[in-house]
Amino acid sequence: MGLLESFVALLEIKDLRARVAAPGGKDILKGVNLTIAAGEVHAIMGKNGSGKSTLAQVLMGRDAYQVTGGSVHYKGIDLLALSTEERAREGVFLAFQYPVEIPGVSTSYFLKAAVNSIRKHKKLPELDSVAFLKLVREKMAMLKMDASFMNRAINEGFSGGEKKRNEIFQMAVCDPTLSLMDETDSGLDIDALRIVAEGANRLRGPERAILLITHYQRLLNYITPDVVHVMLNGRIVRSGDKALALELEERGYEWVEKELAAV
Amino acid sequence: MPTAETEIETLANRDYRWGFISDIDADSAPAGLNEEIIRFISLKKTEPDWMLQWRLKAYKHWLTMKEPAWAMVKYAKIDYQATIYYSAPKAKMKSLAEVDPELLAVYDKLGVPVHEREALLGVEPSNVAVDAVFDSVSVATTFKKTLAEKGVIFCSFSEAVREHPELVRKYMGSVVPYSDNFFATLNSAVFTDGSFVFIPKGVKCPMELSTYFRINARNTGQFERTLIVAEEGASVSYLEGCTAPMRDENQLHAAVVELVALDNASIKYSTVQNWYPGDKEGRGGIYNFVTKRGACRGVNSKISWTQVETGSAITWKYPSCILQGDNSVGEFYSVALTNHQQQADTGTKMIHIGKNTRSTIVSKGISGGRGQNTYRGLVKIMKNATGSRNYTQCDSLLLGDKCGAHTVPYIEVHNTTSRAEHEASTSKIGEDQLFYCKTRGISLEDSISMIVSGFCKEVFRELPMEFAVEAQKLLGVSLEGSVG
Repeated sequence: MGLLESFVALLEIKDLRARVAAPGGKDILKGVNLTIAAGEVHAIMGKNGSGKSTLAQVLMGRDAYQVTGGSVHYKGIDLLALSTEERAREGVFLAFQYPVEIPGVSTSYFLKAAVNSIRKHKKLPELDSVAFLKLVREKMAMLKMDASFMNRAINEGFSGGEKKRNEIFQMAVCDPTLSLMDETDSGLDIDALRIVAEGANRLRGPERAILLITHYQRLLNYITPDVVHVMLNGRIVRSGDKALALELEERGYEWVEKELAAV
Repeated sequence: MPTAETEIETLANRDYRWGFISDIDADSAPAGLNEEIIRFISLKKTEPDWMLQWRLKAYKHWLTMKEPAWAMVKYAKIDYQATIYYSAPKAKMKSLAEVDPELLAVYDKLGVPVHEREALLGVEPSNVAVDAVFDSVSVATTFKKTLAEKGVIFCSFSEAVREHPELVRKYMGSVVPYSDNFFATLNSAVFTDGSFVFIPKGVKCPMELSTYFRINARNTGQFERTLIVAEEGASVSYLEGCTAPMRDENQLHAAVVELVALDNASIKYSTVQNWYPGDKEGRGGIYNFVTKRGACRGVNSKISWTQVETGSAITWKYPSCILQGDNSVGEFYSVALTNHQQQADTGTKMIHIGKNTRSTIVSKGISGGRGQNTYRGLVKIMKNATGSRNYTQCDSLLLGDKCGAHTVPYIEVHNTTSRAEHEASTSKIGEDQLFYCKTRGISLEDSISMIVSGFCKEVFRELPMEFAVEAQKLLGVSLEGSVG
């Protein structure tokens, strides 16, 4: 990365506002401000309904939400002007909170299609089945996944934990620049959590960034964040370092609300 | 009492009426359907007299019949007198440049080589193509040799009428009688050509038979007539059609396919059909009204139908199995796609007559655009078909909100030791599923294509491999513009 580029934040969100895209749809994001520099790991914590997941989905361009104001720049590009698949091809990845099932479509077929769409965009040659298998074998071993799941329909019959591991596995294979992990830790036992965290940590790098969305600070014991934010009522109201997460755990979200009200 | 004079007079008058016949080299008959036309067809094909009489019997019966109107398909009244019932294959266009560019784009997507396109569209073959066509002829010759060694007969129906009359007379009309239904009767009167396959006792046909090897097959699809017979212990897999879209000036296609399986024999019949469906408003599309039926005459016999129907403006067909022999098995696997303005009323009839007979039906209907897709199935287990079983699964997938899927199942079980199971589902492709695909960089079209292929997996699995790959590509191409 050049000297000039290092001054441009990897992700810059300014006053982002969004509502549910339906008649009478509720406003969910009410002016989010967030800057993530390359090489950093940020965590967003907040109550249910604070807008955390919505933020992740709006960043990925889900049609169910309509942006009503603000801007998002990713590597200096206007991210909101790109379609979902274009954002993915530019290196943004969303690990879902509730990964959907697609009957009849094997994980292997799905992931190969994904990898090749991204490679095509980067003007790289598409991978054939042999090359693709080689690529995924290493990642499967790292995430301690059984090879048999590759031939199963994606996420069909998977337990919650398996679905989450599958998300991180896909993330590892797609090799994104900006990873958005939406409550990846919910429903995981300690062992699964460790494996998932290791997968995420391997994606850290000076030119990449990770945005973790989580309820509980437990995940942050395994993936150390550089910055922790608290989201409340569709806005980021407080930022700090890892210590903030521990304080939240102890005192609860009401503490933040009270502090805000007092101001 | 007719005198010699009056007879000659009559003959002379007859010649006058049939004036056009004197021009035996005429490429086509004039429009219209009457006894003359049928005689003309039979003459052109140099058929023996028994074949002509069979046609005439069917034609006379047809005149007494009424066109059925119970299907869930709507179409403009067909003027049977405005159709041409015989036209010899000949190039209709001088070059591919005269062809609708949209059609050429589809060929591009399906990877159809140039000489194939020319043959499919009735374009005069370019000089470059001459070699390729010659190759096809030599390829066909090689296969014919291998088959001949085993005693397998695989030729055009017309050729079989001339070379193997005893076999044709024995089996033709025994599964689909000439009086069966309006369109089958019409076919029986004016059928053009098709395939004849005969597998002798104990022979397992060494290769998959395909209509591709009948070089001139393409221009005779109007009223195709096919007959496949597998003697005791014999087996064969037959492929009909191809994925490349085929146009035809003739709108009505009413084919008849009869299959006969004797003791311990099995026939697998696969169809991938993409007849021109008409433009986006549905104009100019082909009506595909087909009667296909297989008779599992023998004990332990088996007949499987697998179809992927993505074309035609209207598809109306029920490939069926008559399970006569004890322990016989009938199968029907189908993917029917209706997009834009297409309509389909398709399904199957499984008639259980013998004991311990089994039938399996898996029907996948996909509707997009303003397509209307109806599954109509009959499972009839007769009184003496004790210990029989049927499993039916019909799934519908709706793309968009202006299409329709309908299911009309008929289940009749006339004994107490048999079992019929019926499962049905209707679903849409979830916005969340599409979003999931898009977040991995996959385009909307590829996502839909991938999800639909997954939906059709069970059926594609039954197709011979090369057909399965082509069918998947075809589905992707046919789905364009299906959502919103």
